[in-house]
Amino acid sequence: MTSASAAKAPRKAQYRYGYVRSPDQDARTTVRHPVVVVGAGPVGLTVSLDLAQRGLPVVLLDDADRIGEGSRGICWAKRTLEIWDRLGVAAPMVEKGVTWKLGKVFLGDDPVYAFDLLPEEGHKMPAFINLQQYFVEHVLVDRVCDVEGIDLRWKNKVVGADRRNDGVRLTVETPEGEYQLDADWVIAADGARSALRDLLGLGFPGLTFEEKFLIADVKMSADFPTERRFWFDPSFHSGQSALMHRQPDNVWRIDLQLGPDADVEAEQRPEQVTARLKKMLGERSFDLEWVSIYRFNCRRLERFVHGRVIFVGDSAYQVSPFGARGANSGVQDAENLAWKLAAIMRGQADAALLESYDRERVQAADENIAHSTRSTDFIAPRSAAERGLRNAVLSLAPAAMFARRMVNSGRLSIATVYRSALSTPDETLFAGSARLGAPVPDVPVRGNDGKNGFLLEKLGSGFEVLHVKNGARPHAPEGTKLIVIGEDLHDDAGLFAQRFDATPGATYVLRPDQHLTARFRAFDADAVRKAMDRALSGGR
Amino acid sequence: MGKLVTDSRFGDPDEAYVALIEARRGLTEAAAAALDTRLVLILANHIGDVDVLKEAIALAKSVR
Repeated sequence: MTSASAAKAPRKAQYRYGYVRSPDQDARTTVRHPVVVVGAGPVGLTVSLDLAQRGLPVVLLDDADRIGEGSRGICWAKRTLEIWDRLGVAAPMVEKGVTWKLGKVFLGDDPVYAFDLLPEEGHKMPAFINLQQYFVEHVLVDRVCDVEGIDLRWKNKVVGADRRNDGVRLTVETPEGEYQLDADWVIAADGARSALRDLLGLGFPGLTFEEKFLIADVKMSADFPTERRFWFDPSFHSGQSALMHRQPDNVWRIDLQLGPDADVEAEQRPEQVTARLKKMLGERSFDLEWVSIYRFNCRRLERFVHGRVIFVGDSAYQVSPFGARGANSGVQDAENLAWKLAAIMRGQADAALLESYDRERVQAADENIAHSTRSTDFIAPRSAAERGLRNAVLSLAPAAMFARRMVNSGRLSIATVYRSALSTPDETLFAGSARLGAPVPDVPVRGNDGKNGFLLEKLGSGFEVLHVKNGARPHAPEGTKLIVIGEDLHDDAGLFAQRFDATPGATYVLRPDQHLTARFRAFDADAVRKAMDRALSGGR
Repeated sequence: MGKLVTDSRFGDPDEAYVALIEARRGLTEAAAAALDTRLVLILANHIGDVDVLKEAIALAKSVR
């Protein structure tokens, strides 16, 4: 989403960091680095951590010296949390975040529909948490400072990019002037207004929606329940939609639709914002933490990989905020890219593997754009004729299940099932919730130390082979790690058997991003090796 | 009562909704209403069961 203009209401820089002069600025010749990541938002920080954890040094540049400026993204999905858990940062987020699962939809002032995310038991991570983006970024920055190998440079703004066959020469502006650095690879995580996208002269086609929304974070002690509430045409905000969602520290996200003709200047005046919120919240006292007016775009780059420059997150695509599909998708871009780039840089894979990053994450972006566009069609009808159909669905919702299923206040982010050339097609049928091309489902397991834990936290960072014990321990091919279920880990609850449709001898090959890439009813070292080769070769 | 199915029957209800929205995109209210009326006749005939049709009418009239 894009702010229509800067907010005048209170803005707080939550955490401030300092510019430090880099030795690169004093070097006689331009210093060369394997990877430069541009943009220290959730996506840039995640991809930097993932690369560093894989042993690759990263230079991370950010044009600001602070994080903060409002909560922005607040809703973090299970897959995102699983990625962050692998990177060692999920625990403080889950501890601080608000875990929710109930959503309610109102027509006027009457509830018409409630949904329960019904999180499946036996996963380490919850379905969703709500947590202010500045808190997420703070945890990620702390981790970046703790791990080896990430050189984070604040107040380093990329103003030039000269593409070469074997890399990119970047020109970087700092408070002490410009300097240049060379990168074998550049990851553009520089957001919706990506400077790198402009420097490369790339088109960014798509739709801009004229509908404007007021977004406000309000601090108040209120006894509202921990649920997502969405109103169509409530009496406190007639003719429009409204959303209320809880964050930690008594902060509430409120989102009010204003229509396409709203006066952006007038709507941001604190007295106007307060008047609108009072109609909603009554006479209870509240403080405005952050206010912005936004409209949004749905668009994406045609390709995410441009030679040695790779786009991730908002720089590559933009979606409407309904469904929390922006930042969550960006973090999943980061995990998809990190292992592939690491394999290429270590010489285990050819650069052609990046083609699969492009295909898989373009597929994900298109799914997210389609879902969020559908939600937008429902929330903000473009004409009286469209509004008529929308209202008919809402009026039938209390009486008919089929109409409730059509009510769309945002379909929440779930991981994409890649239709990928990297996957080895199934030769036999598998039931269960594990899907080829998707992250494997988490399940509770017991280790040989007697401790209970979860499958995903037992996985390493490379190719993993899960094998269900069936006699002697097999020999896994070089380059993979073998975990025998029933020998190394124990499926006491039977959920591995259920979710993986596991039978004795069944063997599952996982990519380094925990996605299922092949499965067999029996162990065959040659088949496992071929599955891994296929994934590393980009499916050729 | 009994024959009208009100459970969700679409595998992807959002896709069905978008098909209906896109059919009326750019139409005036009057043109959309005329489109709807033709759709009612087509779908009523497709159902081909006057008892179901009467139940559907009753449901539609029962809400605001």
